[in-house]
Amino acid sequence: MLLSSAPLIELIHLDNGLYCAHLSGTWTVRTLVDQATINQQISQYLTKPNLSWDMRSVTALDSVGTLLLWQAWGECLPTSLQLKPEHRPRFARWQTQVIDDISAPHTLSYARLSQGLQLVMAGVVAQLVAFFILLGQLVLDSFYVVRYPNRMPWAEISRAIYDAGVRALGITALVGFLIGIVLSYLSALQLKMFGAEIYIINILGLSIIRELGPLLAAILVAGRSGSAMTAQIGIMRVTEELDALSAMGISHSLRLVLPKVFALAVAMPLLSVWTSSMALCGGMFSAQDTLDINYQQFFQRLPDAVPLSNVLIGLGKSMVFGLVIALVACYYGFRIQPNTVSLGNQTTNSVVAAITLVIMIDAVFAILFMNTGMP
Amino acid sequence: MSDSCAIKLVQVWTRFGDKLIHQDINLCLPHGEILGLVGASGCGKTTLLRELIGLQQPSQGDIYVMGQSLLNAADYKRQLRTNCGMLFQKGALFSALSVFENIAFPLRELGFNETKLITRLVLMKLESVGLSQQDARLKPADLSGGMIKRVALARALILEPSLLLLDEPTAGLDPIASQDFVNLLSNLHQELAFTVVMVTHDLDILRDLCTQIAVLADRHLVAYGTLAEVMNGEHPFIAQFFHNQRAKRVFQ
Ligand SMILES: Nc1ncnc2c1ncn2[C@@H]1O[C@H](COP(=O)(O)OP(=O)(O)OP(=O)(O)O)[C@@H](O)[C@H]1O
Ligand SMILES: [Mg+2]
Repeated sequence: MLLSSAPLIELIHLDNGLYCAHLSGTWTVRTLVDQATINQQISQYLTKPNLSWDMRSVTALDSVGTLLLWQAWGECLPTSLQLKPEHRPRFARWQTQVIDDISAPHTLSYARLSQGLQLVMAGVVAQLVAFFILLGQLVLDSFYVVRYPNRMPWAEISRAIYDAGVRALGITALVGFLIGIVLSYLSALQLKMFGAEIYIINILGLSIIRELGPLLAAILVAGRSGSAMTAQIGIMRVTEELDALSAMGISHSLRLVLPKVFALAVAMPLLSVWTSSMALCGGMFSAQDTLDINYQQFFQRLPDAVPLSNVLIGLGKSMVFGLVIALVACYYGFRIQPNTVSLGNQTTNSVVAAITLVIMIDAVFAILFMNTGMP
Repeated sequence: MSDSCAIKLVQVWTRFGDKLIHQDINLCLPHGEILGLVGASGCGKTTLLRELIGLQQPSQGDIYVMGQSLLNAADYKRQLRTNCGMLFQKGALFSALSVFENIAFPLRELGFNETKLITRLVLMKLESVGLSQQDARLKPADLSGGMIKRVALARALILEPSLLLLDEPTAGLDPIASQDFVNLLSNLHQELAFTVVMVTHDLDILRDLCTQIAVLADRHLVAYGTLAEVMNGEHPFIAQFFHNQRAKRVFQ
């Protein structure tokens, strides 16, 4: 049933010396996909003078078939054409079709270029403004929930802490542990040369607690939860859930942004402590293996090697990372247009921006606390 | 035997987990008919349409479309789908593509790439569903609900399929537009002689367009036949649906 015969066209030499193009088979969209040869044949036959067309053997003819012939005939019916009566009206629609110009204008000029540049600049400014509006709204919301504590969206917060924090424990532990092993092993090789094996504890302690733990955790969370948050808000835009919330008079920022920001600000420091501990475990494990420094030694020396202020710096940094990741994720989430391409683009943007910002903030912290926490 | 039916359902059962949706559905729809599928909300009409195009498998039983079983027939399903237009209940337009590209999509997938040909075909279809050429540039997000339906219909029709599955094609259209739809479909039907299965609750369409009507209720196919035959059915749903005040006015 689904099978149909191929479209055929052949040239017949009539008795009176004239030619007739004889069409048969099915001339439909599925049989005409590969129409190059047919087109070629038609244009070849069209060169014959006084050519007549016989389409009475055509079994099926649809819009593609008629359009193909119509175009080949130069937008008019040939003077001598024989066809089934039910097929004739199908050419009429091409006769009457008027095509508007629906393509967007494509001109490249200096004016357009400068206009484009202006648009880009305006876009950047608009983005910054939008970001600060989001931030300001968040601050206002914070005051609001301080005044009316029972409006705090606790359920959303606890859900976000679970999603972004608890469910990230496994991956952060694994990555932390492995990085600890690698760092410890590489440092051990160098320290051995100087006979300064015991300083492995200082190196690991300081670098992990102050830098690597918070940074690793933040990068993992930005990739994991940041993207999820952006996509979640984006899907809500696509499915009009955002509009539904607005229509019910529920604030987006209070219900969607605040819980995420709050949750990450709480979960991020905890995750970074967890990641640092795992990395230290990895380092300790490797140090015992390569340098014969046992666990007891490690624990005893660690507090002396790493002043407490480093832990505080790590925690503070993590909290800022959490805030920024969630804010950036929400910001890009609200920028998503209701289509799939935009969803993908903005999710990518969100992760890239979050990781970049995290590293930039880390650098700022490094400069600000240059003289703090060194033993 | 099965060749005389465009669509044939043989003892079809569908379950979602513990929930039984269809229980022993048997049906044979001859070629060229327009079947109106009627049933209460949530009784499994959309599910049945999805099964007809192989997007979903019945838990039990067999479905023949155009004479061949869909059971474990991946190749046939692929072949069938280029012969089959489906209008989804919510349109299911590709949100990243413009209206034009949405309608042109099946053509391009089939292998057409000549711009002029595609443009003319797409704009012709767009006008035939009652939209203007300027609408071709819009994105699905910028369309009204009724326009989405029309674009989705144009996309379903662009390959002039031999089987057309329509899920509530006129829900969300104004009465004039749904009258236009009836005219459009009956014109096309005369021209292309395709088989249509459409889910609809629109009494006017059941009266003016559908040549066969199937009623789903309580998981069963409780009536199947022409409008007059179906209206003689005994089931309480038929009484409610076809014999209320409004229906009486329409069917007078
Ligand atoms: N993927 C699924 N998983 C579980 N249940 C489902 C699934 N899809 C549909 N259902 C159930 O199957 C039943 C039939 O759904 P279906 O969408 O076919 O209804 P319908 O007849 O098209 O209703 P409506 O007229 O409202 O569109 C519903 O009760 C629905 O809850
Ligand atoms: Mg449905």
